[in-house]
Amino acid sequence: MNNYLLISIIIVYLTFLFLVAFWAEKNSKSKWVNNPYIYVLSLAVYCSAWTYYGSVGIASQSGISFLTIYLGPVISIPLWILVMRRVIRISKQHKVSSIADFISLRYGNNRFLGALVTIICVFAIVPYISLQLKAISETFEIITDETSYNSTLIVDDSTFYIAVLLAIFVAFFGTQAADASQHRKGIMTTVAVESIMKLVFFLVIGIYITFFMFDGTKDIYDQASALGSFEKITSFNGLESGFNWMFTIMLSFFAIFLLPRQFHVAVVENDRERYLKKAIWMFPLYLLLFNIFVIFIAWAGNLSISGEVNHDYYTLLLPLQNGNIILALLVFLGGFSAVISMVVVSTLALSTMVSNNLIIPYGFLDKFLKGDPEQNEKYIKNIRRISIFTLIIAAYFFYINFSYELSLYSIGLISFAVIAQLAPSFFMGLFWNRGSAKAVKIGMIVGVFIVIYTLILPLIVTVLAGNDLFVENGLFGIKLLKPYALFGLDFLGPEAHSFFWSMFFNTLSFLIISLLSKGNYRERNYAEMFVNSSNYANLQDGAFVWKGEAFISDIRNMLNRFLGEERTEKALNLFYLKYGISKDEEMADARLIKFSEKLLTGTIGSASARILIGSVAKEEPVSLLEVLKILEESKETIAVNKALQEKSEELTRLTEKLKTANEELLEQDRIKDEFLDTIAHELKTPVTSIKAASEVLTDDDDMPEDLKSKFLENIVTDSDRLTRLIHNILDLEKLSKGQEHLEMEPREIHKTIDKAIHGIEQIAKNKGVELIHNHGYQIQANYDEDRIIQVLTNLLSNALKFSDEKTGKIKVQVRQKRQTVEIIVEDNGKGIPKEEMNYIFDKFYQSKYQNIKKPVGSGLGLAISKKIVESHNGKIWVDKKYKEGARFLFTIPK
Amino acid sequence: MKKILIVDDEPNIVMSLEYTFKKKSFEVFIARDGSEALQIAEEEIPDIVLLDIMMPNVDGYETLKEIKNNKNLKDTKVVFLSAKNKATDIEKGLSMGADKYLTKPFSVKKLVAEINELLN
Repeated sequence: MNNYLLISIIIVYLTFLFLVAFWAEKNSKSKWVNNPYIYVLSLAVYCSAWTYYGSVGIASQSGISFLTIYLGPVISIPLWILVMRRVIRISKQHKVSSIADFISLRYGNNRFLGALVTIICVFAIVPYISLQLKAISETFEIITDETSYNSTLIVDDSTFYIAVLLAIFVAFFGTQAADASQHRKGIMTTVAVESIMKLVFFLVIGIYITFFMFDGTKDIYDQASALGSFEKITSFNGLESGFNWMFTIMLSFFAIFLLPRQFHVAVVENDRERYLKKAIWMFPLYLLLFNIFVIFIAWAGNLSISGEVNHDYYTLLLPLQNGNIILALLVFLGGFSAVISMVVVSTLALSTMVSNNLIIPYGFLDKFLKGDPEQNEKYIKNIRRISIFTLIIAAYFFYINFSYELSLYSIGLISFAVIAQLAPSFFMGLFWNRGSAKAVKIGMIVGVFIVIYTLILPLIVTVLAGNDLFVENGLFGIKLLKPYALFGLDFLGPEAHSFFWSMFFNTLSFLIISLLSKGNYRERNYAEMFVNSSNYANLQDGAFVWKGEAFISDIRNMLNRFLGEERTEKALNLFYLKYGISKDEEMADARLIKFSEKLLTGTIGSASARILIGSVAKEEPVSLLEVLKILEESKETIAVNKALQEKSEELTRLTEKLKTANEELLEQDRIKDEFLDTIAHELKTPVTSIKAASEVLTDDDDMPEDLKSKFLENIVTDSDRLTRLIHNILDLEKLSKGQEHLEMEPREIHKTIDKAIHGIEQIAKNKGVELIHNHGYQIQANYDEDRIIQVLTNLLSNALKFSDEKTGKIKVQVRQKRQTVEIIVEDNGKGIPKEEMNYIFDKFYQSKYQNIKKPVGSGLGLAISKKIVESHNGKIWVDKKYKEGARFLFTIPK
Repeated sequence: MKKILIVDDEPNIVMSLEYTFKKKSFEVFIARDGSEALQIAEEEIPDIVLLDIMMPNVDGYETLKEIKNNKNLKDTKVVFLSAKNKATDIEKGLSMGADKYLTKPFSVKKLVAEINELLN
């Protein structure tokens, strides 16, 4: 393929990634950017060019041992819930922005330790990045078929320009905010996109090779097993190989936690703890998919490609050999994606460490003390940008000068071995509160030294001296110091061997020195905050022990320099509000000191933050005993607080209960008042009428006889009305209280209905309303007959009241149900208006739509009927769907 | 001849009042509820309205409001006759512009005396 065409394709692809990042930054709140899948896919930054190309190379030469690199992470995954969640929690609490910050903070916010971790990481990762660049360069050559490509001029090397473009990308999207603990949505989204690309393209080539070039997996297996080397690359060589396996698995186990890029994507960029739950099954699945075809591609390569070629690039060479340039291009782009995601995240994480843990705390603090906030922000961002460029350029030169000789796999493993030196301090620091800063420093230095001696030095010496004497005879010819067989341990591979001894001495130093030296109070303080993080989670800034004198105004000035006045004001207000501190307070307490340090940590790193705040605060030394006492007290405070909170919650619950009870009482009171009001009104009306009529009669002797008897008649009807009303009220009251004794007896329902009908027959006849009652077969039920007659009479007289003269029709029916008897009373009157349906069973509810001038009745009939039916354990209701009139139904149990 | 409008939904009460005021030489009009009352008041411009409060459809308060809003009825006196006898009810009735508030059951004699006083 043409050189320039490929460059154009690369530029188009990079532009696409720039646009994705740009879009994600713009829509940083969108659910497309904030979801567990982006998180899981960004974890797959673990799969670099090493995975993409290197695995095949290893598989073709030494069989399935390539799997160890993925078994480590997979084995570690169940631990994530325990370890990673805790790391994430602590990191969020202290605004940690890198692994260097995390470890240095754990051991008392130690400036030197932060710098040491940073240096170790740079030392381990820069060659690793250079390897990635090497992969780009080599695959570029393969695709463009420039076999003799060996330019000495940087200007001619396309890899150099790609490296610069990547640096620009990281510098642009990685330094949007000065606070390094802020999330970089743009970069993370592109990493996720790249993770999809590399997986899909790798699967495509895997399927192509396995099923199109060959006849499926069995075909490859059969053919490969005929090759001479097959036995060697598929078998497991006894115990020694087992150790090699175990140590390589452990290496990758540590790497998934400790690699700066992994720490960055898994911890710093974590939005929500619950994303971990998705990661636990999806990440292993991703790794599994990536590894399905590796062995088949490797075998296929061994079978089809002869001659001296780099086995790492079988995935490219196989389609090219078959003339499938498009497929080769896809493979190239997949590998390219793997490279840039690794390079981008690694440089981002490293640049943060270099600026926050190395450059700023060791040189720029004075400058910041003089600058204003905008200047300072600019300085900080520029330091990071320069770090990014420096790191990538350094990696590029490393690649130009050293890495021609080395395979992806070996440099990758060296990186892992160096990074693994952080493991004792990292893991034990989470669970053991005795680990001290001094022990960590010595352990790490010893460990790194051993890795250099047993792994790196031999490579360099061999290259420089041009012979293997150092490896074969050991330092100064001492056999016990042979770099690949230290102290006579000669059955491990170089990497496993180096890992074993370095970890052995590192851990040993760490443990012994930790136990011998106590560490200062600050170390102990942070140790407690990390190890017992769950205890102090609620306390947050309160778990920080500090004694001394500091003026809030000084601290405020310091914060202003970095955050600007507006953000400082906002942050402090929040702080005051959270802890209930008065704004007039002049002196800062431990909480404010910790809070301010935390505010600055994201921007300039924890060590610098401590130094800066320390410069305006006169700290008094605290004894270790005091620290422990204060922490103990805080724990007690937490316990007391918890008890108090429980009490308070209980009180709130009780208050809530009382409130509802009170409301219920008030409501009942209101209902009762209303009821009494209504009764008073209902009683007063006939009394008024009687009184008025009597007065008229008394005062007027010459009233005509017929009028006089009309008034007397009124008095009689109103007296009747009064009596009926009083009777009903008392009846209802009795029924409501459940005091009424029911004369329950087995009865025949039709007979009861007949009795009720008999009571109103005459009135119906007068009004010309037809009464229909169809006797069916006999139906027995248990009820108080007088009471049920009362219900029936009420329903019948209501029906009668609302029926038209002459045309009115009232029908009574009985239906047998399984456990009840249902009685239906319906008429062909105007029916019940919808808006009244819900109220008709209320006390004193009288329809507005009665067809006589003044409603006759107390307004209690239906209320009483309801009570009666309910006291029989039955139900009474209106058929809301009945359109031809009103239809009442009630049931009584048999 | 003075015109009186009796508004109540209780026919027996209305009958006693009607008889009493006819004898006192009033021209008596009768309405069963608020809307009927307003219609008659508009046509007849009564000197006095006896108004019940709890009535179907348009209640006494509503009716009073309408009467007060009607310029033609600005000289018409309104007397509430109601079973509502709480101080707050009476206060409400008077504050809305009723000239008198008598609670049920009332004395016919006293009612007549109050009305005479209002009209002179």
